Amino acid sequence: MTGHRLFWPIAALVALLLVDLAVKPSFFSVELRDGHLYGSLVDILRLGAPLILVGIGMTLVVATRGIDLSVGSVVAISGALACLHLSGLGDQNSVGGTLVAVAMALGLCLALGAWNGFLVAVLGIQPIIATLILMVAGRGIAQLITDGQIITITSGPFRAIGSGYLLTLPLSILIALVVFVLTSVLVRRSALGLLIEAVGGNPEASRLSGLRSGRLIWLVYVFGGLCAGVAGLMISANTSGADANHAGLWIELDAILALTIGGTQLTGGRFSLGGTVIGALLIQTLTTTVYTLGIPDTATLLVKAMVVLLVCLVQSPAFRAKVRRRRKSPPPAPADRPVKVEVSA
Amino acid sequence: MSTLTRVKEYRPQQRHLPMIATLVLLVAAYGYGASQYPAFGSGQVVFNLFINYSWLLVVAIGMTFVILTGGIDLSVGSVVALSTVLSAELLTKHGWSAPAVIVLVLAVGALLGTGMGALIHYFEIQPFIATLVGLFFARGLCLTISTEAPSIDNAVFTSIAQTQIPLPGDSHVSISVVIALVVVVIAGYVLHYTRFGRTVYAVGGSEQSAVLMGLKVARTKVSVYALSGFCSALGGLLLVFYKLSGDPLSAIGTELDAIAAVVIGGTILSGGSGYVVGTVLGVLVLGMIQTLIDFDGTLSSWWTKIVIGALLFGFIVLQRLIARRAR
Repeated sequence: MTGHRLFWPIAALVALLLVDLAVKPSFFSVELRDGHLYGSLVDILRLGAPLILVGIGMTLVVATRGIDLSVGSVVAISGALACLHLSGLGDQNSVGGTLVAVAMALGLCLALGAWNGFLVAVLGIQPIIATLILMVAGRGIAQLITDGQIITITSGPFRAIGSGYLLTLPLSILIALVVFVLTSVLVRRSALGLLIEAVGGNPEASRLSGLRSGRLIWLVYVFGGLCAGVAGLMISANTSGADANHAGLWIELDAILALTIGGTQLTGGRFSLGGTVIGALLIQTLTTTVYTLGIPDTATLLVKAMVVLLVCLVQSPAFRAKVRRRRKSPPPAPADRPVKVEVSA
Repeated sequence: MSTLTRVKEYRPQQRHLPMIATLVLLVAAYGYGASQYPAFGSGQVVFNLFINYSWLLVVAIGMTFVILTGGIDLSVGSVVALSTVLSAELLTKHGWSAPAVIVLVLAVGALLGTGMGALIHYFEIQPFIATLVGLFFARGLCLTISTEAPSIDNAVFTSIAQTQIPLPGDSHVSISVVIALVVVVIAGYVLHYTRFGRTVYAVGGSEQSAVLMGLKVARTKVSVYALSGFCSALGGLLLVFYKLSGDPLSAIGTELDAIAAVVIGGTILSGGSGYVVGTVLGVLVLGMIQTLIDFDGTLSSWWTKIVIGALLFGFIVLQRLIARRAR
């Protein structure tokens, strides 16, 4: 069982949850109040939903051997534009007005994703630099939209995206779930996932075998932009406002961490959407655990570094092989990996 | 063959093209600045580029080695900040002497780099993730040590900071610039004239082949991260000389500036191809963009970000077009 690629991330997630349970015995209790589910576990899912969304988009980008650093800025732009439109409405509670705001924000995010895709697929700029441009400029665009202020809104329908409930479950969890299921079905029940992996595995070979890799690369960046846009709406709906400086800050790093923990290789060619969801939940649980344990703010990063390092180490086959070799003697000969012969020498 | 035909037949080598394109654009940007703002034309503007960005230059040189092997180092910004915080803390609160502080800071940087290199090579953790852990770890250490940004009044540090080396034409540079240029020369020598340098290129070209050729891949890979950690620590010290304070929140995002500088300088992120001189040009491009914006002086903070993004875009696209046309 330990051989399954998701065993170790799930084990780490369970371990963190058990730590929480030991510190706070009521951690696992979920109660039904006014037909809504409440509890720490529900909170982890609800607050983790934006990261899950960004992670799903990022996973497909990384699968093509790319990377998207601009998602944090896109998150900020999406929230900023939606809140700007809402704050200008006479009646913020009108459903029509909210839908227009959402459509405007998501439309812009699609365009931003297309811009990234254009730079990577058409101009052939290295993805990390191509998306760095929008990462820098995008923060500026978000601040330009909000005029450097924090726009607060009172719209009920819009806030429902972040904190509303449907069928006893928070709406944001349902949105993340729907995106996850739809994406999984689309990439795994059609050839799309295979083609994306082909482009990431060997771009030149897939082009020669007749794949329109440019179009696929474009598609994943547009999808990444859309996912970031929805996440941005959730975050600003959760806080009832748009903070262009801080919304989505460092979310690109967390998303990349999540997908790596979930077993997606940054070198492209392989991806696991389920793994990304587990990774995102692990990171959100870590944040919650830090609060539960009452660790001071300044040490949060240290704890995060330690936990991520631990998870990555136990996941690394090389690390496990070395630990095992130390326990057993004589060491098993790693015949299939010539690199390791050199290492042990 | 006469000299004239030889000049006419000069074709720059393929692999030099991105670097030459960057140089052309840099000169063009300087020319544009000089035509718009009279003060821009003075030589001191160029020297100020070096004075203001000597610390970033040193960091980017370390990054060049890492990227040449096909890796990446995201921890540099945090290590820079850690160096400033360590210097300030040890000098002001614990009364250490300046040489001891400098040695310790450089050792800590090299040690952190070695640790990350070992994780990457021996445990096969992806460089992006191992150094991201380094980013969190070093920044976490900064915040644990101090949450304030104390200023430094140590005699040695202030004298290094304030010494101006006069140059002809009524201009001057700082000691940091000299240190940075020495690092550039050493890095260039090491990369092109030593066995270690050739192994760096070989590992970036194809790690598998390098192993089969019997090159010391393990030692080289760990060394480049140690080198990058050392350069980040040295860059941190130069930043201390520049600002005379230790701020735990300084140098956020430096890793991206350094990577951008390396890539603008023509080094390829997948490794195996690139030059130290290119990285120098890349840092100057980033500095030139900032200087142009400073001279304009009318932009709000958000327009500044948008213009930086737009200029970065312009530089990269033009560089690609020039390199492609010359081919």
